[in-house]
Amino acid sequence: MTTQRDILVIEDERSVSRAVEMVCEDEGMSVVAVDSAGAALEVLDRFRFRLALCDIMMQGLDGFQFLEALNRRGLDLPVVMMTGYSTMENAVRSLAMGAIDYIPKPFTADELLTVIRRSLRSGMLLDKAEAAGLERDHTLSFVPCPSTYYRLGCVSWVKLEDEGTARIGVSDLFLKSVDGVRAFELSPVGEPLVQGTPCAYATSTDGSVHGIMCPMGGKILEVNEDALSDPLLVEKDPYFRGWLYRILPSNPDSNLRWLSS
Amino acid sequence: MIRGSIGVRLTAGVMLTALLVIVVFAIFSIRSERQSLLREVERHASQISEHVKSDLGYDMLHNDVQRIHAGIRRIGEQDSIDRVRMFNKSGEIMYSSDPSDIGTMVDTRAESCYRCHSEGRPIEQLATSERTRIFRLDDDSPRMLGIINPIYNEPSCATAACHAHPESQTVLGVLDITMPLTDVDRNIRNSQLAIIVFAVSAIVLLGLVVSLLVRWWVDQPVQKLVTATRQVAGGNLGHTVEVDRKDELGILAASFNNMTEKLAEARLQLFQSDKLASLGRLAAGVAHEINNPLTAVLTYSSYLRKRSGNQPEMKKDLDVIVEETIRCREIVKSLLDFARQTVPKKRSANINEIIGRARNVVENQLAIGRVNLVLDLADDLPAVTVDANQIQQVFINLMVNAADAIGEGSGTIRVSSRSINLSPRGVLQIKQALCRKRHDLVDRKIQIDGKPAITMRFARGDQDGLIHLDPMYGSNDHRLGDFPGMIEGLDLQCPHCQVSLLAEDEPCPRCGAPTYAFEVPLKGMVHGCLNEGCGWSRWDEVDSAWNDEFVEVRVEDDGCGIPRSQIPKLFEPFATTKGQKGTGLGLAVSWGIIDNHNGTIRVESEVDVGTTFIVRLPVGG
Repeated sequence: MTTQRDILVIEDERSVSRAVEMVCEDEGMSVVAVDSAGAALEVLDRFRFRLALCDIMMQGLDGFQFLEALNRRGLDLPVVMMTGYSTMENAVRSLAMGAIDYIPKPFTADELLTVIRRSLRSGMLLDKAEAAGLERDHTLSFVPCPSTYYRLGCVSWVKLEDEGTARIGVSDLFLKSVDGVRAFELSPVGEPLVQGTPCAYATSTDGSVHGIMCPMGGKILEVNEDALSDPLLVEKDPYFRGWLYRILPSNPDSNLRWLSS
Repeated sequence: MIRGSIGVRLTAGVMLTALLVIVVFAIFSIRSERQSLLREVERHASQISEHVKSDLGYDMLHNDVQRIHAGIRRIGEQDSIDRVRMFNKSGEIMYSSDPSDIGTMVDTRAESCYRCHSEGRPIEQLATSERTRIFRLDDDSPRMLGIINPIYNEPSCATAACHAHPESQTVLGVLDITMPLTDVDRNIRNSQLAIIVFAVSAIVLLGLVVSLLVRWWVDQPVQKLVTATRQVAGGNLGHTVEVDRKDELGILAASFNNMTEKLAEARLQLFQSDKLASLGRLAAGVAHEINNPLTAVLTYSSYLRKRSGNQPEMKKDLDVIVEETIRCREIVKSLLDFARQTVPKKRSANINEIIGRARNVVENQLAIGRVNLVLDLADDLPAVTVDANQIQQVFINLMVNAADAIGEGSGTIRVSSRSINLSPRGVLQIKQALCRKRHDLVDRKIQIDGKPAITMRFARGDQDGLIHLDPMYGSNDHRLGDFPGMIEGLDLQCPHCQVSLLAEDEPCPRCGAPTYAFEVPLKGMVHGCLNEGCGWSRWDEVDSAWNDEFVEVRVEDDGCGIPRSQIPKLFEPFATTKGQKGTGLGLAVSWGIIDNHNGTIRVESEVDVGTTFIVRLPVGG
């Protein structure tokens, strides 16, 4: 018999997990904090969680090994990775290994809550999708990525074009989890993009800002002005008319390693 | 001088040759001296002999035996004559200055007779030299010169009243005079002594002069070079050899200095990249360690700030904590960015605007120090493609450094900008070089001045190895590796597939040596001369299309200046001269940023006069 809880915090630094606990509990979420991935796996036998926040660099099993262990056990727990050693490789690897999101330390309470809310929503949407699409509620369903596209976790997609260029956009799941984009902030033409770093920012109706992680590095050739002027277009048609950038990939082969199709 | 040193060997060689020449000369001159003295004595003896013969001629014609005896005795009494004898054809001594000899027989095999009688029968005519002989009577006696003078049968002899000699006789007898050679031998000994004294003193003098010259011209400069190589081998790359001569050793000393300078630069670059790498590891470790406590501080403080809505005083304080913690986050992030040398986000920008923004940032600090900041900016500067934030950081850095150099007193910082033209040579770095089979020759493991070198394999017969060329276009002559001196029959190859890199039928237009060529993708072929020291190179695509425009920014101050010894370390991380004031990262970060923009940064400084930093950025990125 398992009991439902909201958040599982896996963090070996007590002061950090205490702070996270406090912020979450203040928002009315129930939190269980453990100091190792091994302890987390034990806790998962007794409780069901809506979301896990997991540090990457830990004694014993690290964050990536924890993700592997979840996959092996067939647990579909959404995980947000946190790390103080924020490199784009850690970010990309987290998403590639099934984490739902990634947050670099240190963060403010608001930044943390933005990511938690978004991830909770994503997790819910994924749950619904699994429930064989019986739910007809438009706000709680999302359109998956077309099969010829490559995606970085559940965040962004890239479509390779015949001319050697690529188109980049944001996934429907991400947009749905943000719950209403008021505006996009995009980088200008000529700017280099690096995989695993934020390449665009979406401001949601509640005023929080969400970084969209870049699925493929390269140089921006074209920016979708329509998406800038009409954010609704992206929400309506995220995979075709709602693209964000056309880029010249700098190293597509090594970037593709981290993407799923 | 050291035993076996070049000076000792050179001196010994010269001395040995001189010794040989002087000894041979002495031997020949002693011999010719002796011969000419002897010839003189012989001539003298022959004259005396003729005199005696003609003196006694009259008495002989009259067969006046008493007078002949008396004459011979008288002649024999002279100091210069030892003995005078006259014997007849059959060898019987008829007259002699020594009366006891008279009537005895001369042994025809004896010394005086041998000349004529050696052949078994007497011969009648003899040359003067053949008539003389030198001998010793016994081991203790002086040397003697004997001269025989045959007395021929003249008509007057045959017709004389005494009728002692028949007409058929040719030789009537022989006059034999013996003279001591005491004087001559003394002269010979004296002249021998003189020559030997001359020879010995010449050798000694020559030896002294040669060893002094060798010491001045060879030994001392060589010794200096040896000391310098030991210093360099011991790690003191700052040691230089004094160059005060224009000869080969002077050139050697100059090239030695040049070499150590290059070596020091290479070591510095190596040291710098090594330091940067360890700094990167350190920064990553520090970031991870600091980020956890920062997370707790930031989360708590931002959480408290949210809840302090009805306490404006507290909210204000918490704002400060949150903002400052966020600032810490940015510092840690920039440390990590520095360690990773992030790709600059370049876009077209006006360098004067960037300078202006940097000025706004530092202006407050400058006013306190009573520093006068003068901007002297060219109006018509072309736009540069740069990461404006990073370049601004560089200028802020340089201006703050300048203000720190001025210190407590007052001074002036002058920031000027202008556009300049630079040849691609020495400025453009070859970052990829392909052989005919498309292997990249650029070897990231070997760096020259911090830049990955172009590596080639050389082969001649069974000799082979690797050489590394400077990747700066026009500096390919600057090489590392065991490049063989001889270039004839030498092949340059790709180190991966060993395809030849030599350009057939394209000799160097400057020195005629063979040339090599490789391809820079999309930018055509680069040609270079095999001959080290020639320095010829050609890159048509770049030579014709090179945008040689650069923007140069100079930040000058009239502060305390930087000692010469510190200049090489200036761009190293943690090489701060400001004690506790600086982090020691400013110039290292600036260097990294400018390098990422394909630009250059260098410094000119004089203690108590001032310092100028010169930044050059290529127009068009």
